[in-house]
Amino acid sequence: MPKEYKTPKLDELEKGPWPSFVKEIKLAAKKSEMSNDLLGQLEQSYNEKLGHWKHGGIVGVMGYGGGVIGRYSDLPDKYPSVSHFHTIRVNQPSGWFYTSDALRTICDIWEKHGSGLTNMHGSTGDMVFLGTTTDHLEPVFKDLTEAGWDLGGSGSDMRTPSCCVGPGRCEWACYDTLQRCYDITMRYQDELHRPAFPYKWKFKFAGCPNDCVASIARADISVIGTWKDDIRVDADQVKTYADEGLDIFNDVVLNCPAKCMRYDGEKKEISIDNKDCRRCMHCINVMPKALRPGVEQGATILIGAKAPIVEGALLSSVLIPFLDIDDEEEFEAFCDLIEEMQDVWCEEGKNRERVGEFIQRVGMGNFLEAVGVEPIPEMVAYPRDNPYVFYEDFYEDEDE
Amino acid sequence: MAMTVDQIADAMYKEVEEATNFGKKLKPMDLTKAMLKAYEEEGVDKKMCKSAIKNLVDSGRLVYTYFGGSYLELPHREGAAND
Ligand code: SF4
Ligand code: SF4
Repeated sequence: MPKEYKTPKLDELEKGPWPSFVKEIKLAAKKSEMSNDLLGQLEQSYNEKLGHWKHGGIVGVMGYGGGVIGRYSDLPDKYPSVSHFHTIRVNQPSGWFYTSDALRTICDIWEKHGSGLTNMHGSTGDMVFLGTTTDHLEPVFKDLTEAGWDLGGSGSDMRTPSCCVGPGRCEWACYDTLQRCYDITMRYQDELHRPAFPYKWKFKFAGCPNDCVASIARADISVIGTWKDDIRVDADQVKTYADEGLDIFNDVVLNCPAKCMRYDGEKKEISIDNKDCRRCMHCINVMPKALRPGVEQGATILIGAKAPIVEGALLSSVLIPFLDIDDEEEFEAFCDLIEEMQDVWCEEGKNRERVGEFIQRVGMGNFLEAVGVEPIPEMVAYPRDNPYVFYEDFYEDEDE
Repeated sequence: MAMTVDQIADAMYKEVEEATNFGKKLKPMDLTKAMLKAYEEEGVDKKMCKSAIKNLVDSGRLVYTYFGGSYLELPHREGAAND
């Protein structure tokens, strides 16, 4: 008979109309001792305002350095079923497309080997299996691989690449996010499973500037779909929006960050000065039937974002303004550049220094020189605020 | 004579053993850099070092550990582990 824990603090988190992880753990606790002890330990942590987990260490599966995050309770006598409570990251399919059969298979595997609790999905994008013991790691890995799954990344490796649903479901996709996410995952299997970097390295692929995978805030390399030519305008649909009561002037034109749109209220016509457009998607999101991205589509490659862990948060900044990433040759050139950048970062980066922090430390100019990329105006993240800037050319002229 | 991947793996293993004696942990990149420094003239490159690490880990001679970053260590009983 499993021990029954009183959990008044956790119970508070079941109230309200939103989904509750407490409700789910309680459901799992009916079948799993591990989930039951988890409730007990969690309630104690909430009472004491103190975590009771110990992290890290040696756990993993043979040959891999990523995909398993070791976790132990520091109260193993009181909560023996969560004495080991390791997390497993499972590489999700591109765009998180599953069949119900696939989901049943992985849930069955997890109920057999762990707590049955999952996090769909972790912030990296993986399926996260929460809570198993060391002796179950190899068996769960075996069952997963036999069913066609593999572990994702963790530690100082390439983390599991992730992408938005892209052309699978979304009309705004400017390149095939699903394909390129898959290509990168398969190409860099070694980097994914055998950590060799100073710290983590994340790829995220967003099909358009809406950036539904938040790549600009989270990824060391953000690949964000964009277009080069003019926004496509369907004049009849613009009139229909106006007739149906959309306040085009206030809701669309005045919110354009580039102030590059004009609206003729009498004629119900929109005009866009495309050379100033910032490809922000705002107007397209508000009038999806009337406006569409241009036809010359590709992606902008940005570098250096991260969430705050060791240092503060960084947003990524432009590295390549436009790349036809669906084109095989351009994709190869992209991969070559990635490898070059990783080499420089591995050579000179400090332990636990993300590539964005590395660039801040050595300077963008030096980084670009080291990886053999010419600086261009699009790379300027902020206009300069220091007038005392000197150019190498100036010194060279003086020296001559 | 050019070094083989197995010889690099042995040299890496020795580095890890020595580091362990001094209570130091090494990252895969530390090992690669050490090998390049010592044996680049004997034809050792990054790719060979990568293969050597793969051999060491696949054979269980070394294991990956995680303490804020990823390290390569001799297999040992996990300090944080509960019995
Ligand atoms: S990022 Fe763009 S293309 Fe991808 S799902 Fe979101 S809106 Fe669609
Ligand atoms: S995409 Fe953004 S910047 Fe471009 S015209 Fe529309 S609102 Fe303006």
